[in-house]
Amino acid sequence: MAAQVTAASTTTPASTPSSSASGPAAEPELPPFGPAAALSCRECGTRYPLSPVFACLECFGPLEVAYDLPTGDPEALRKQIESGPTSIWRYAPLLPVPADVATKPNLHPGWTKLVKADNLARELGITGGLHVKDDTGNPTHSFKDRVVAIALEAARTFGLTTLSCSSTGNLAGAVGAAAARAGFRSCVFIPHDLEAGKVVMAAVYGGELVAIEGSYDDVNRFCSELIGDPIGEGWGFVNVNLRPYYGEGSKTLAYEIAEQLGWRLPDNLVIPIASGSQLTKIDKGLRELIKLGLVEDKPYKIYGAQAEGCSPVSAAFKAGHDVVRPVKPDTIAKSLAIGNPADGPYVLDIARRTGGAVEDVTDEQVVEAIKLLARTEGIFAETAGGVTVGVLKKLIETGQLDPTEETVVLNTGDGLKTLDAVAPTTGPTATIRPTLAAFREAGLA
Amino acid sequence: MSASVRIPTILRTYTGGQAEVPADGSTLAEVLESLERNHTGISARVLDDTGKLRRFVNVYVNDDDVRFSEGLATAVPDGASVSIIPAVAGG
Repeated sequence: MAAQVTAASTTTPASTPSSSASGPAAEPELPPFGPAAALSCRECGTRYPLSPVFACLECFGPLEVAYDLPTGDPEALRKQIESGPTSIWRYAPLLPVPADVATKPNLHPGWTKLVKADNLARELGITGGLHVKDDTGNPTHSFKDRVVAIALEAARTFGLTTLSCSSTGNLAGAVGAAAARAGFRSCVFIPHDLEAGKVVMAAVYGGELVAIEGSYDDVNRFCSELIGDPIGEGWGFVNVNLRPYYGEGSKTLAYEIAEQLGWRLPDNLVIPIASGSQLTKIDKGLRELIKLGLVEDKPYKIYGAQAEGCSPVSAAFKAGHDVVRPVKPDTIAKSLAIGNPADGPYVLDIARRTGGAVEDVTDEQVVEAIKLLARTEGIFAETAGGVTVGVLKKLIETGQLDPTEETVVLNTGDGLKTLDAVAPTTGPTATIRPTLAAFREAGLA
Repeated sequence: MSASVRIPTILRTYTGGQAEVPADGSTLAEVLESLERNHTGISARVLDDTGKLRRFVNVYVNDDDVRFSEGLATAVPDGASVSIIPAVAGG
């Protein structure tokens, strides 16, 4: 049996001895946030108790989870993880969740495939190795199940009863499904003009789905105001007041990629940017793996990917700016259509610190890339996956990414949700009568 | 010129818990000055040391993000609603 590695926390009941001289004691209550010690402002460092708050009282900066991470033998921690569930809960010792989280009602997301993409590599001229981290395998077919699962546990601990979010589509479905499984009420908010597939996938779980007449940024603003109103009491907005916990779910992408590569880091990662939270948390996860000794400390480069019609971070990167000027989105990549990305400045920092870049592609290139990935690897990506693969192609063509290095590109959602993007240029090769002659006449024999 | 300013939860310690307070001014800068006169200390939470809007604060005059207009110089019409909102939400 693998040795257990526990969190070295000084702030939780876990550090309390569990037995006494007078006989067996009651089971100690597991710390509800595992190794998490506090919330910390990413801007000014002010610390706060673990609670449903998301912005710093001093400077409005984003709060993130600070940890007392496990100490001890990395090999023992590796073995503990490897013997864990085939879901994100194998990484519970590194997440703000209780150690018994896998026994609670939730969707058990994660441990999705890391696909060795030799055919795509050949097409793109990559010789150093290429993998697609394919998150379509999650319960609601996007990476959002990861982040929602962490936020759900926080909501449970804080006694919140309604699960909510502002969403570009994928998140609404993930929240609806998670709430259904866990017995929460859900009420989610989306822009009124989303793809039909995403609307249906958000509505089918039976919660309340509210379409707002406006853009995603308008929806987000509305939710931020709602949480400050008495109406919002008892509500857990996964990406507003639970955002510090929610964001940590994206670290599991980093953990899985490293573990699936045999506990090592790739040279390059190409990651989509909407708010930028996912990219910043993947970087956080990679740095934690190095700090814990779970992987060898080596350089890696992080590349951000946007659609040209909503590319405020890419524009700032190219202009050398360290602030992001908001834009009004106009792209088919609606899951990335956040014109005012909350974590944009941090994405810029990370791309520059690691020697990566932020690039963008046109909607036409997005569609071409969706088809390229499908044709070469049998993976049908939603538009966000088209953005990452399209940007990967562009990075190679422009000499920004070294094709002799090993690269991982993320596909964060399922193409079935964005059929509209490819439907106009995808269909039957021919429509014929059911005869051999007709098949020959169509030039298919 | 008078406006109504919506105060986010994290700033309500400055307004005695009120979610909405009145302020005067014909530009956003003047409205914030008015706010500061009535609720000392609040403007230092919204503006940085150089007097600019902090990068994690969104301010709307009616439905318009002031970053798309004139920033602190954005005109505030009589009876307008000004909303101060933390920017670190979403995604």
